[in-house]
Amino acid sequence: MSLEGPLTLVAELTYACPLRCAYCSNPLDWQSVLASLSTEDWSRVLREAAALGVVQLHLSGGEPLLRADLEELVGEARSLDLFVNLITSGVPATRERLCALRDAGLDAIQLSVQDARGVVGARIAGVDRHRQKLAVAAWTRELDLPLTLNCVLHRDNIDQVGELIALAQELGAHRLELANAQYLGWAHVNRAALLPSAAQIAEARAVVRAAQCDLEVLFVLPDLHADRPRACMGGWAKSYLIVAPDGMVLPCHAARDLPLEFWNARAQPLAAIWASSPGFLAFRGEAWMREPCRSCDERRRDFGGCRCQAFALTGDMHATDPACALAPAHRLVTLARSSQRARALRLR
Amino acid sequence: MDYDARPRLRHARLRRRGDAMLLLAPERGFSLGGAAPAILELVDGSRTVEQIVDALARDHAAPRETISRDVHALLEALARRGLIRIA
Repeated sequence: MSLEGPLTLVAELTYACPLRCAYCSNPLDWQSVLASLSTEDWSRVLREAAALGVVQLHLSGGEPLLRADLEELVGEARSLDLFVNLITSGVPATRERLCALRDAGLDAIQLSVQDARGVVGARIAGVDRHRQKLAVAAWTRELDLPLTLNCVLHRDNIDQVGELIALAQELGAHRLELANAQYLGWAHVNRAALLPSAAQIAEARAVVRAAQCDLEVLFVLPDLHADRPRACMGGWAKSYLIVAPDGMVLPCHAARDLPLEFWNARAQPLAAIWASSPGFLAFRGEAWMREPCRSCDERRRDFGGCRCQAFALTGDMHATDPACALAPAHRLVTLARSSQRARALRLR
Repeated sequence: MDYDARPRLRHARLRRRGDAMLLLAPERGFSLGGAAPAILELVDGSRTVEQIVDALARDHAAPRETISRDVHALLEALARRGLIRIA
């Protein structure tokens, strides 16, 4: 049985979004990415992805609901037998729109909330849309679509994990992602104000462990508190393809910031990009690794961690991920843990 | 799971990819091995658990008890993940 080639396509349909989250995973200069792929371009990307072996599609952004052609793209994806997941803030959405998307073939929805109580939205995202999100969750369940609730955790909401589990159950979610922000891009800029303390992380973990529920709960540590690198994207250019709004094809959302050459889906077929794009080849496999990774057994589990984090913290994208306790630059991470301050957030 | 229950997949789809059989579900996919593909191809909401076991016993050399145990184990594991509904 072979599962070679990409399995999952993340289609970032637009960088535009009504929310301005201080930990957004879009690039810092998202507003300078002006060109957007047309409906025809996206349809071709979907067909090429399916031909390459992709089976899962995440429609993401920005806010994918801002695209008027979303129903058409969902329909195209389903005709290719892709499992289609919409990753949304729930703004703007109506019950009718969700119904149209379901009828077009949408398989699942992942809805983000900023917290459990609706108290941090204004500060973190520039606007409080908590009630709208609760309505979207209810419509999703009424339409019998499986719901994943996602909350990005940071210092101001991590103490609510128990309430988030209760909220997810109350909303009938199938799955809850309690994913700490990873400190790249916007979250890196706002790190001093967002990174939770070690005590907050330990408490949240204990609450999640003790929770008794049918719900599947995924708790993701921030790398900066982990001491072991995260298996970022399950390995560089191993199973994921990300296509940005302008057609740039990336191995992860944040890779755009690295000094690498990435190719564009408008100019090259996805198969050629997957096989030959310099940006994909740069860190695929293990040949690029230095010590201590090169001879470390963990490399088969963590694939050498996160290249974007190595670059953001050390300026060298080939460096050992500083999240690892064995990394020469691990001190940068332990310093970051103790340099939290009450600071104004810079919203995207 | 009762022998006269009629299970079907819920929020999940079975599909082939090359020589692999996959079960696709929200935010995850499972690569199916062993007896799982043959079992799930019979899980369609119209067959009962007993009929699924019977059909597999007809086509495979394994003892009926082994087949029955495999079918129950798989269906119960998927039901725990919310991916099986009893029709």
